[in-house]
Amino acid sequence: MAEHTGLNLTLRVWRQENRHAQGRFETYEVKNISTEASFLEMMDILNEQLINEGKQPVAFDHDCREGICGMCSLFINGRAHGPDDDITTCQLHMRKFHDGQTITIEPWRSGGFPIIRDLMVDRSAYDKIMQAGGFVSVSTGGVPDANAIPIPKADADEAMDAAACIGCGACAATCKNGSAMLFVSAKVSQLALLPQGRAEAAKRAKAMVAKMDELGFGNCTNTGACELECPKSVSIAHIARLNREFLKANIKD
Amino acid sequence: MKGFFKSSIGKKFIMSITGCFLILFLTFHMCMNLVYVFSPEGYNMVCQFLGSNWYAVAGTGILALGFVFHIAYATILTIQNRKARGNDRYDNQNLPSGVEWSSKNMFVLGAIVCVGLLVHFCQFWAKMMFAELAGCEGTVPEGFATPGYETKAAVDGAAWIGYYLSKWWIVLLYLVWFAAIWLHLNHGFWSMFQTIGASNSKWIPRLKTISTVFTSIIMGGFALVVLVAFFRNCCGA
Ligand code: FES
Repeated sequence: MAEHTGLNLTLRVWRQENRHAQGRFETYEVKNISTEASFLEMMDILNEQLINEGKQPVAFDHDCREGICGMCSLFINGRAHGPDDDITTCQLHMRKFHDGQTITIEPWRSGGFPIIRDLMVDRSAYDKIMQAGGFVSVSTGGVPDANAIPIPKADADEAMDAAACIGCGACAATCKNGSAMLFVSAKVSQLALLPQGRAEAAKRAKAMVAKMDELGFGNCTNTGACELECPKSVSIAHIARLNREFLKANIKD
Repeated sequence: MKGFFKSSIGKKFIMSITGCFLILFLTFHMCMNLVYVFSPEGYNMVCQFLGSNWYAVAGTGILALGFVFHIAYATILTIQNRKARGNDRYDNQNLPSGVEWSSKNMFVLGAIVCVGLLVHFCQFWAKMMFAELAGCEGTVPEGFATPGYETKAAVDGAAWIGYYLSKWWIVLLYLVWFAAIWLHLNHGFWSMFQTIGASNSKWIPRLKTISTVFTSIIMGGFALVVLVAFFRNCCGA
């Protein structure tokens, strides 16, 4: 078996009983962490340690642990999903850290995502935006022939790039305006670019933007921090498309 | 269009359109100022031509309205954004490089631009267009009046330029002011297209480049006039 270089780390972790309680940082030491461990495995080791000491484990979100569900959501050393580009927290590995390092772990901090406990936040606002219009409401019927609806490759690619959004919330969590525009634009784009979704594009853009505003997300000022921290590299070009779709939908009325 | 201007995108749309208007005005203003570099007398002719003609007054009125909307909506959006961000701040946040500093500080930059504008208004607009409209034309300080304009201070733009921009500290303040406008415009110009949806993944980098080039030409033009005015007048007219 390959020999591991174990890391001894100091963790500053945000602890908060519930949404209304006063939160604080607590410091923990973890020892001999393999550089091959994932960040969430390191969190599991910390929690085992806390349980053995009779303390409350740290609450954090996770599910698939392979970068597809969008559940993991930590702000690590000042960056959403930690110190690496185009990855989710569950894809972050301990080789990105060095022995003796202090790691600060915080929850998403944005008005739209209230803290449930410790590092866990309530992201149901994104679900509500999806419920407002992020779907195609036509009866699909039988499966048509693959060639029956020609779609330009460029459109298909762009729709696919937008559809890569996993709704993790890193965009709004990073944005200084607490804006959810990257998320909403990705969802609007992925459907508006394809014929099946095109039919309801105007209605969808209006409904989703109205819900986003109603839920109190901020106004985009084109800083572009969202696209830099998006684990799926969703581009702010989709925000331009959302603006276009929304404007067109309103002009038609 | 019901509710459009109340939506987040609608409010941004107003920022974009009014911003576009202000950029067009700056472009015109810079072109007009450039005349001073070639001929102070020519510059005075432009001042006289514009003067307090109805179209110049109407233009100023519309411009002022655009400016008020731009500031009012910037304030509304900033307040909403602070609320949306919530009260909790990250203990530390290191954004990866790629986020323009100006994009995060547009409101602060805008405030600096406004303060500079106030000074600029007191120095020039109040003594020229406003004085002419109000019929309270003053006189240019001794030794600065352009020959032939001794009794026409309200259209003797070259004299006012010579008077104020002969002082190094005023020149320095103007250059700092221009730098703030450059930063504001450099982000605002491409943002304007992004907000109305007139951009895409190919055009975002292109628009950013055009933004920097255009902004540099405009603000460089203004700076050139200020420097030419300083060197022309610093040793006493
Ligand atoms: S746990 Fe599913 S994306 Fe990280």
